[in-house]
Amino acid sequence: MKFEGRVWIFKDDDINTDLIYPGKYIYEPLKEEEQARHAMEDYDFDFSDQARKHDIIITGKNFGCGSSREQAVTCLKYAGVDAIVAKSFARLFYRNAINSAVAVIECPEAVDEAFKLEAKQGSRLSDLKMKIDLSNGKISLALKEYLLKEYSFPSWDEQAMLIFKAGGLVEYTKQRL
Amino acid sequence: MGQTLIEKIIARASGKKAVSKGEIVFVSPHRILSHDNSAAIIEIFKKIGAKKVWDPERIFIALDHAVPPPDERKALNHKIIRNFVKEQGIKHFYDCGVGICHQVLPEYGHVVPGVVILGSDSHTTTHGALGAAGIPIGRTETASVWAIGKTWLKVPETIKIVLQGTLKEGVYAKDAILYVIGQVGADGANYKAMEFYGNIVEKMSISERMTICNLSAEMGAKAGMVPFDEVTKERLKRRVEGPYESLYADSDAAYEKVLEYDLSDLEPQVACPHKVDNVHRVKDLKKIKIDVAFLGTCTNGRLDDLKIASEIVEGKKIAPGVRLLVYPASRMVLIAALKMGYIEKLVEAGAEVAVPSCGPCLGAYGGILAPGEKCISSANRNFKGRMGCKEETGIFLASPVTVAASAIAGYITAEV
Ligand code: SF4
Repeated sequence: MKFEGRVWIFKDDDINTDLIYPGKYIYEPLKEEEQARHAMEDYDFDFSDQARKHDIIITGKNFGCGSSREQAVTCLKYAGVDAIVAKSFARLFYRNAINSAVAVIECPEAVDEAFKLEAKQGSRLSDLKMKIDLSNGKISLALKEYLLKEYSFPSWDEQAMLIFKAGGLVEYTKQRL
Repeated sequence: MGQTLIEKIIARASGKKAVSKGEIVFVSPHRILSHDNSAAIIEIFKKIGAKKVWDPERIFIALDHAVPPPDERKALNHKIIRNFVKEQGIKHFYDCGVGICHQVLPEYGHVVPGVVILGSDSHTTTHGALGAAGIPIGRTETASVWAIGKTWLKVPETIKIVLQGTLKEGVYAKDAILYVIGQVGADGANYKAMEFYGNIVEKMSISERMTICNLSAEMGAKAGMVPFDEVTKERLKRRVEGPYESLYADSDAAYEKVLEYDLSDLEPQVACPHKVDNVHRVKDLKKIKIDVAFLGTCTNGRLDDLKIASEIVEGKKIAPGVRLLVYPASRMVLIAALKMGYIEKLVEAGAEVAVPSCGPCLGAYGGILAPGEKCISSANRNFKGRMGCKEETGIFLASPVTVAASAIAGYITAEV
């Protein structure tokens, strides 16, 4: 379970689900690409244009607070995001992410370091690269090809890992019908 | 070491004698709630490959988020849900116009103390007002519970909130909880349960307790609960679906922290844009001109809210250019408010009264703000863009009194 990708830095706390995926779309059963197009719409206009496969988001505390809408997770997933590293996540977002097999990692130290490197306020695509290894709980930050630092994060609950490894809760439930 | 209320409730729901913080358990809910998002849940349910729901008696669906449906797609969603309800024999289905899910569930007696209520809506915490643990989950998880009847929970820590003193005249449960949110912060109770105590809470009606439990979601709480007492007991005499057994926290329960506030000097509060924990005293605000005053939602759209607002506007007219939107939380609320003459007073003052539903709260239809507009609202969220438009708009959250007084004045005020 390894991820490697470009890094988006959203340098705010409490980025809520309305900013990630506006309420006006939640009762429209939008297709994957359409969902991706609205990702972060009320927060960062460029994101959906520039996001690519295997991107990683680094952000502050309480990411995803607000509503239970699952599109806040899936829009990011469909935009290409494999993993989100935050100081902390709102509980519902965290659960929804595991259920959609998007890796959510709480590692304030790595976030602080990334924020420091990207002194500019607001959100943007940084020059950083990040590697995440879920199996040993390690994150590394790199600039160009130079490894900057390595961090450890606490392992997930066993049940969360089971669901994630099954490929999400739909697959997990399928096996238990 | 004694147990907290959520520990006892989760232990019972998972068939265990006792559970401890951090433990992972599987629970089967007493009720599982969803609303218009049921259409999406049905799709996931089918994707899972499930044929029959695990228990049609325990599933509750109310249509409230897009009522009446403003477009074809949302009308189709409702149709998909109605068909599914029929096909699966889902017993507790409340069609458009009955009310907001969190209002209807307890109104029809489906909430009893000491149980787990799961809900695919973040304000499922509301049901803590009756001593239940209302725990929000997502859509996929709801579909999974529909299919297999259970899900996992991690036993949370609990924050005990004690509200002491006496609220001054003109200060309400909404002001009290906004103040607490300002203190605790938007993530202050993330992953945690909250228990509310103190003489202010003891005196609160069930409606007021619903307001504070509803807003515990805005501190990130997994559940917010007021323990069962005489007030709960009285209320449950009116309507409850069966026998129940109340649970209490032990006196030596281990809390993550205990926060005590004396609210005797509290003044009317307002949460300013764009975060719910951006809380100020109303009187410290400059004269902020408003365009919309919104009275309704699962937070403050109940009979007592309409009553107090109607008394404030009685014999007056709303300020020129202001729209006062009134969305009663349920049909029962609407009927009672009609009988009591509250609706008439509101309409005479210039209010636009709508069908019981979520309405402008979520910005999906009905009452959308125009760029640059400001709204004083009795709802629970003031996020940027929440009411459908993010361009220079601002939502201010306050009590129904402040909403009504502001509608008359044309700017934000709690002076009546
Ligand atoms: S009234 Fe608002 S907060 Fe309550 S359930 Fe409806 S949309 Fe959600």
